[in-house]
Amino acid sequence: MSTTTAPAAARSPRGIALTAVVILAALGIPLVANSYQLEVLSEAWFYVLLCLGLNIVVGYAGLLDLGYAAFFAVGAYTAGLVTLKLGLSFWLSLPLAVIAASIAGVVIGGPTLRLRSDYLAIVTLGFGEMVRITVRNLSVTGGASGLVGISRPWLFGYKLNSIGSYYYIFLALALLAVVASHRLERSRIGRAWKYVRSDEDAARAMGINHATIKLSAYVMGAIFAAIGGCFYAAKMTAIAPETFTFNQSLLILLGVVLGGRGKIPGVILGAIVVVVAPELFRDIGSMRMLVFALSLLLIMLLRPAGIWPERWRWG
Amino acid sequence: MPLQEILLQQLANGLILGSFYALVALGYSMVYGVIKLLNFAHGDLYMVGAFAGFGCLSLFSGWLGAGWAGIVPSILLSMVAVGLLGVVIDRIAYRPLREAPKLSVLITALAVSMVLENTVLAFTGGQFTAFSTDLGFAGIDLGLVHVTYTQMVLVGTSIVLMVVLELFVSRTRYGRAMRAIAIDPDACRLMGIDVNRTIALTFFIGSALAAASGVLAGVYYGSINFFMGFLIGLKAFTAAVIGGIGNIPGAMLGGLLLGLLEAFGTQIPGIGGQWKDVFVFAFLILFLVFRPTGILGKPEVERM
Amino acid sequence: MALLEIAGMSLSFGGIEVLRDLDFAVEEGSITSLIGPNGAGKTSVFNCLTGFYRPRTGQITLAGGRIDRLAPHRVTRLGLARTFQNLRLFRELTAAENVMAGRHCRTGAGALDAVLGTRRHRREEAAIAEAAQRWLGFVGIPDAAERVAGSLPYGHQRRVEWARALATEPRLLLLDEPAAGLNASEKEELIALMRRIRDELGITILLIEHDMGLVMQVSEHIGVLDHGRKIAEGTPDKVQNDPLVIEAYLGRDEDEASEAA
Repeated sequence: MSTTTAPAAARSPRGIALTAVVILAALGIPLVANSYQLEVLSEAWFYVLLCLGLNIVVGYAGLLDLGYAAFFAVGAYTAGLVTLKLGLSFWLSLPLAVIAASIAGVVIGGPTLRLRSDYLAIVTLGFGEMVRITVRNLSVTGGASGLVGISRPWLFGYKLNSIGSYYYIFLALALLAVVASHRLERSRIGRAWKYVRSDEDAARAMGINHATIKLSAYVMGAIFAAIGGCFYAAKMTAIAPETFTFNQSLLILLGVVLGGRGKIPGVILGAIVVVVAPELFRDIGSMRMLVFALSLLLIMLLRPAGIWPERWRWG
Repeated sequence: MPLQEILLQQLANGLILGSFYALVALGYSMVYGVIKLLNFAHGDLYMVGAFAGFGCLSLFSGWLGAGWAGIVPSILLSMVAVGLLGVVIDRIAYRPLREAPKLSVLITALAVSMVLENTVLAFTGGQFTAFSTDLGFAGIDLGLVHVTYTQMVLVGTSIVLMVVLELFVSRTRYGRAMRAIAIDPDACRLMGIDVNRTIALTFFIGSALAAASGVLAGVYYGSINFFMGFLIGLKAFTAAVIGGIGNIPGAMLGGLLLGLLEAFGTQIPGIGGQWKDVFVFAFLILFLVFRPTGILGKPEVERM
Repeated sequence: MALLEIAGMSLSFGGIEVLRDLDFAVEEGSITSLIGPNGAGKTSVFNCLTGFYRPRTGQITLAGGRIDRLAPHRVTRLGLARTFQNLRLFRELTAAENVMAGRHCRTGAGALDAVLGTRRHRREEAAIAEAAQRWLGFVGIPDAAERVAGSLPYGHQRRVEWARALATEPRLLLLDEPAAGLNASEKEELIALMRRIRDELGITILLIEHDMGLVMQVSEHIGVLDHGRKIAEGTPDKVQNDPLVIEAYLGRDEDEASEAA
């Protein structure tokens, strides 16, 4: 077992060189890729953002959130409602979505995060379904057919219309998510998440309020998803409740667990696999979820820390 | 319809729904009680049970007919098959993780649930499968409502299964072993109780009950699909929590209460059918917040 | 003046009295011990003091302020830190990260500070890292900083736990069986370390310990618990000669001796 820590490795010259190559390649892809490939890769970057957000909850704080798609929905519907029903700028929907997701996170997480951790899984699952059913049943959210005709945002005088522009938007979001995760991970709050994950009683004895620390992880995860949801709505121009199903939450969770929860490169890899693999093996078609399910089971039984190489073992 | 009739009709509906919930909740609660595992795959065992029952009935209906003569052996066979499936799942997926962090076990349970669901999806193509039987609508009129014999048999079967289970757990050696493991597995090991075998037995019984419930639901609703276990799993958990998780009479009580609640809840003006699941989850969350030990559960030692 | 005062404290679990009407005080600047046979309720006292258990009756004051209704993290913030009987390290994190946990309650940067990399965040992080290294040095294992805590030898893991508790800047340090599993020379080092904590840092120490030799050597004041009640207290000499104490310990020894025979 190696005893070096992640920070030391991340600062190694090889790590920096590798990161630079990956970023340059990602920036250059639109020069050579067709629009189908750009679609798939945009979605991959989008999933990187969502998976890194969920990774805060699952990977760092060790809480199982099965309703993560609900926060993605909160963001998407906020953007849809702000632009369509209120006729305001798309950019205003970002702070509003962050506020809405934070409130939803506190309302759901506040009371339940004090409970046993396994209850949280069920409550978040229930919450995910509640949000989906609610937007499906309300007329203001367009019912089952959802919201259509969401106008595309302007940025520096350009209307964000092409797939190329969304490719870069989602790439930028993914990079921001990486930077934010990286900074959070080695901060006072990020360490507190890990303390609570590792040993809740010992963390409390160190003066850490476990309930607020867990809540902060839950809300931070929610904010990542809500921001992603806003841009998702802008890209698609139409959103419907069936995008935000339990399956969606499962896919995001899969990305986190497959690559290696708690490890940023692992989560990035997992997110890309979840999006790109079904496109590469199109003939599996309807078997996609079965293949994912089996790989999740195998990962948990054979390599619970994920496919990314281990630096240290989980306690 | 006059109000009285609606209420009686919903009472009947609620009891039937509640007995399905209760049977599934029992397995959920038993497994949780013994190894503190939220078995996400439990609802899917109900679904697999329904399909297994359907398969048996298709085989038997040629010479036993699609009446009770064919249904009863189908239920029993489905219970055995799914019971064994539960044991296999425990052996392959859960037993290696007995000492692992809770998060790993939960994710594994989720993976098992996905595997079961998507396997059935792959075989059925996601279509609804008609579960047709020869059971008619014959029955008796109880005042204003017509109760079919089928409905009575469904509720009766559920009650019999629950009573048998309660007797098994409270009166037999195996039942005592289960309760002992729930309290302290290490002490049980020292006392010479075969812990893994007792856990396997718990999985067998819990899964068999879920299968029975699945077949009965198939008979009652007349159609089954790969996704039918998802919501009922969630609701059975809700029922188990309402009654007090780990508590057998609690799971029955919780199941029946939830069935009634849902049946009557949909009648409240402004709530209606499309909101009923929101209603159930809201109820779950309120229960978890204000009385996490459930109606019959014992409060834990006060710790801050 | 007493730093910690326990007055009339009782604790029960499901009708069973674990602690009964306990009065006890710890003088500021002392090394005080709580002893008693197994099951006497010593660890329960610690759990009450640190807010993990809520006593049924009585009150606990730390430097004059009541702490018996406070959650564990608040108690720690007020200056009471503990170690655990069975090591409770964050095993998969490094020794330095473990000690950094102790700084959490003395720092305040939030998630937003971290994401934006504010000055407050950077200044605090530097101070936290420096403190972790300093405390690991204080307990004598400066080279362990980057090692995963769970991979350290047992004696070093104990020291990490001490460093983690000290990093919270306590006024009173509670040590739950610190000598358990240590050999003779490690025990000598432990005694020296306790004295340094008290003399150099001015931190009062309350310990639970089974090793009578160590207790008698290091403590200035001793309380004896038996069956949840205090049966004696005083200086080591006084306690050692107290007939009730001798009975509590020796009485049991005689039982065991007769069982063995």
